[in-house]
Amino acid sequence: MTMLAVKDIDVYYGNIQALKGVTVTVEEGEIVTLIGANGAGKSTLLKTLSGLLKPKSGSIEFLGNSIAGKPAQGIVKSGISHVPEGRRVFANLTVEENLELGAFLRKDKKGIEADMKKVYDTFPRLLERRKQMSGTLSGGEQQMLAMGRAIMAKPKLLLLDEPSMGLAPLMVKTIFEVVKDINEQGTTILLVEQNANMALSVASRGYVIETGKVVLSGSADELQSSEEVRKAYLGGH
Amino acid sequence: MKRHSKAFWPLLIAALVFYAIVQGLIMTDMLGAYHTNTLIFIAINIILAVSLHLVIGITGQFSIGHAGFMAVGAYLSAIVTMKFDLPFVVAIIVGGLVAALAGLIVGIPSLRLRGDYLAIATLGFAEIIRIIFLNIDYVGGAAGMQVSKMTDWTYTFFFMLITILVIVNFTRSRHGIAALSIREDEIASDAMGINTTYYKVVAFVIGAFFAGVAGALFSHNFYIVLPSQFGFLKSVDILILVVLGGLGSLSGAIISAIFLTLVSTFLQDYPETRMIIYSLVLIIVMLYRPQGLMGTKEITDYFRGWTSKGGKDNGKDTIT
Repeated sequence: MTMLAVKDIDVYYGNIQALKGVTVTVEEGEIVTLIGANGAGKSTLLKTLSGLLKPKSGSIEFLGNSIAGKPAQGIVKSGISHVPEGRRVFANLTVEENLELGAFLRKDKKGIEADMKKVYDTFPRLLERRKQMSGTLSGGEQQMLAMGRAIMAKPKLLLLDEPSMGLAPLMVKTIFEVVKDINEQGTTILLVEQNANMALSVASRGYVIETGKVVLSGSADELQSSEEVRKAYLGGH
Repeated sequence: MKRHSKAFWPLLIAALVFYAIVQGLIMTDMLGAYHTNTLIFIAINIILAVSLHLVIGITGQFSIGHAGFMAVGAYLSAIVTMKFDLPFVVAIIVGGLVAALAGLIVGIPSLRLRGDYLAIATLGFAEIIRIIFLNIDYVGGAAGMQVSKMTDWTYTFFFMLITILVIVNFTRSRHGIAALSIREDEIASDAMGINTTYYKVVAFVIGAFFAGVAGALFSHNFYIVLPSQFGFLKSVDILILVVLGGLGSLSGAIISAIFLTLVSTFLQDYPETRMIIYSLVLIIVMLYRPQGLMGTKEITDYFRGWTSKGGKDNGKDTIT
């Protein structure tokens, strides 16, 4: 079943067009990755999906309902949760408070408690540090917290923006394992990455974005073996 | 998400005992008018500092037009008591409500702005408010308006207590943590589904309400209310209280309100050097405590260190 259908959207920052007629679909249960260079428009697409930006034209349907131009809180409520680029944890709040804020729109206390436990099971490091200010965590721990916080909203679709940014290789591996885990537990994932190798190894399909346009799409295997992608993003020969 | 502080009841009782002692001293004439007035001043400044703390320290919106809302409260309450002969309590509440309304009108358009832009916009609005009063003959224009002295220790103390209680409760509630998340990172807060505009406006309106209350107490403490009392410098004075106390610390705002009011009161005996010494105090504090007297900590954080033996954790459970 198609979970997310983005059709032909144009997005502008003032006068500058950042996305030009982008069309992307995500099926339920998939991990789909968007790869591309700096400034290609990957993060712009995620911000548009989560309501932080509004498309000028085109349509976005999530589970059959149009969400283009809806305010962020409505979109979070409908089941899309965004882990923004650069983690953006609330530095002067504790780990636990960050997680509570992730569940801000939820009213089911028991469900929130259960999900909090689930997050702590997934990231035992966060449990150890739950009373600590999140600004004092390491980069990898902050990434875990940002992901945990997004899971607390109980999303159907999780948008991950560059989870590997600035992390040690070992930590990147851990984070990607968790991405797979979260997906196996039933959350669909749209993953933006510069680390194309890593992203394609967990994703089932991918899109390549260049200067605001989708230039290539296909299954992860197809993309990994595509000459163009290898040259441009995988550093292969 | 409600966080309780063990120190809440002891502190409240201590505050009430303090009130009773002072009230006793006033009634037995042991505390003269001069000292009573200093206490009233301190309490008014605490209301101003704590209400601005909610806007700047908690929600992170850099507003420097607090004196504008104070002016609204001062004038509106003066109109209620002097022109309509209604009781002072009614006047204080009307002053607060109209200031809150002014906060809403100013807040909705200007809170879309961030950082410096918001500061300039709020500064501009405060000046507009002052100039409007300057040009209304009904309230005396530049010559000001005659007001009877009605503010006393009891009114001031209880409105101060209400201000602190409301703002502490707001901060500890679900709304407060939403406001805090805006201060920490507005984009992330948006992405969590928090209606950031709504919470910014709510904090701004509550802040304006209590600034209006402080204005009402302030105007009825003198015999006259003048537009020039609510200029840019007044806004800066209030801002200094919050920054000096430590952005994000309510007890810091209270301590610095007490400290700076005392400093400026004692310095009144040295009019030639008053401003120099006052400025020097500010510079020295900022040099040695750039994060403010309290940083983002609260006085009860230190209490907890004593009461929970060995329970060392780095986090803070309490905001107050």
